[in-house]
Amino acid sequence: MSMGKVWKYGDDVNTDVIFPGKYTYQIMTPEEMARHALEDLDPGFAAAVKPGDIIVAGRNFGCGSSREQAVACLKAAGVASVIARSFARIYFRNAINLGLAVVECPGAVDALETGDQAEVDLAAGEVRSSKGIFRFIPMPESVRELIEAGGLIEYTKRNLGTGG
Amino acid sequence: MGKTLTEKILGRKAGRDVKAGEVVTADPDIVLSHDNSAAIIQEFRKLGLARVRHPERIVIILDHIVPAADERYAQNHKSIREFVEEQGIAAFFDINFGICHQVLPEQGFALPGRLILGSDSHTPSYGAFGVLAAGIGRTETACIWATGETWLRVPETVKIELHGRFGPAVYAKDLALKIIGDNGADMANYKAVEYAGPSAPDLSIGSRLTLCNLSAEMGAKNGYFNPDEKALAWLAGRARGTFEPLTSDPDASYSSLLSYNLSALEPQVACPHTVDNVKPVSAVAGRRIHQILIGTCTNGRLEDLEVAASILRGKKVHAKVRVLIVPASWEVYRQALRTGAMSDLAEAGCVILNSGCGPCLGAHEGVLAAGEVCLSTTNRNFRGRMGHRDSEIYLVSPATAAASALTAEITDPRGYI
Repeated sequence: MSMGKVWKYGDDVNTDVIFPGKYTYQIMTPEEMARHALEDLDPGFAAAVKPGDIIVAGRNFGCGSSREQAVACLKAAGVASVIARSFARIYFRNAINLGLAVVECPGAVDALETGDQAEVDLAAGEVRSSKGIFRFIPMPESVRELIEAGGLIEYTKRNLGTGG
Repeated sequence: MGKTLTEKILGRKAGRDVKAGEVVTADPDIVLSHDNSAAIIQEFRKLGLARVRHPERIVIILDHIVPAADERYAQNHKSIREFVEEQGIAAFFDINFGICHQVLPEQGFALPGRLILGSDSHTPSYGAFGVLAAGIGRTETACIWATGETWLRVPETVKIELHGRFGPAVYAKDLALKIIGDNGADMANYKAVEYAGPSAPDLSIGSRLTLCNLSAEMGAKNGYFNPDEKALAWLAGRARGTFEPLTSDPDASYSSLLSYNLSALEPQVACPHTVDNVKPVSAVAGRRIHQILIGTCTNGRLEDLEVAASILRGKKVHAKVRVLIVPASWEVYRQALRTGAMSDLAEAGCVILNSGCGPCLGAHEGVLAAGEVCLSTTNRNFRGRMGHRDSEIYLVSPATAAASALTAEITDPRGYI
């Protein structure tokens, strides 16, 4: 695993600034969604983000709408993980269901700034970074399995026996 | 130790005693979706199943971009209509019913003691009837269509005790904004909110819907009132199917307790760009506004339209402001036609829109340009939500919105009621 660049934001980053509502009911490809990622928060993000990059934010990340594109657009943009002080409930659930690693790790949030390098190890419960190692409570194995399966669709197919 | 309504509903689903913090597998009684059903259908198809598990538990209400604003939305709606036909989903409500959070109760699905999951963040609205109602995402909705069940964590509960009576020109919307302003937009993250106390029974069903709707802006999983005679009376003649109400025990355990005196409240406003940036209206009175939106699932019920009509009756909307009216449903629309509220609003110069989500999410009908300021009775004021990222949204009650329609600036409604 190689480290990605950190993009740091504040508290209450809501779903409207992650993925604007005006696009929500248009069905888009992942690549199209990626082009609108964080459009109303950081207009330069979508063009500059690289696969493996990490978003670091404060409290209540993903508050607002239940729109899943707010997770999907980050995943499509190559974001490897979102580290926050806390997540809004539906966002947290959607992220796990789409296989995006979301981690509550206040120590890393305090230390990391835009431009630092970091990576997340879900199994070990560690954020390793250019500012040191920060620990978080590892997710239960069942949730890790869901993320590692690529999300709830793949996981459900496996359980229904309809997987290819 | 007693149990909360939420613990009891999830316990009944799990077939055992449960308490906050546990995770249960539960089969929702109703699964709601709207225009996003088109995307949910795509996810469902990936699962490789021919049929949904329980078509009788699925409710689909088209409301977000209705009637379709362009060809893509039209195609989405078409694919939903075809799927509904194919799967034998009886509870489908096309573009002439209204906003899901009003239509679902009106059509008798929001019954006390039920578990309702919806792929919309304002699903907690149905807590007004003692329902455990929570928002979920599209992928999860698709998987529930397939399997009939999901996992839920039993939430801790914040109890909010209500005392006193609202003064003139003060409403449930002002109370909700005050609570969110005082305690922050994540005050109830992952938790339930129970509205209780001696004044709770006094609140109208519309007021309860407004408070439960805005529980989403507290971060809550669900918000609710314990079902009482008023709730049951509202449901009489509407209920589809049987139900068994549950209520919190007097000795239930709560994670925190808040208390609000309604008599002490004044009109409130949530300023840009977060719902917890709340001030008294008097503190921002005089701010120039360009558009006003009255209605939607938060504040588009008959009582809301009547308050606005009572202020605007026989007067004219200020020439420098455009006023949009969005009734919460077509049932409300027709009621307001009969009572005369709708003609009062139209005579005053308001633009009456179809019942739907419309401008609230910036998809069509009343999108804001850069630099424009909107005063809105909706539930979110995030940057760019209603249009350009350099527009602004202030959230208020219908009374504050209507008083401000006469002046084209934020106006304290006391003195107009």
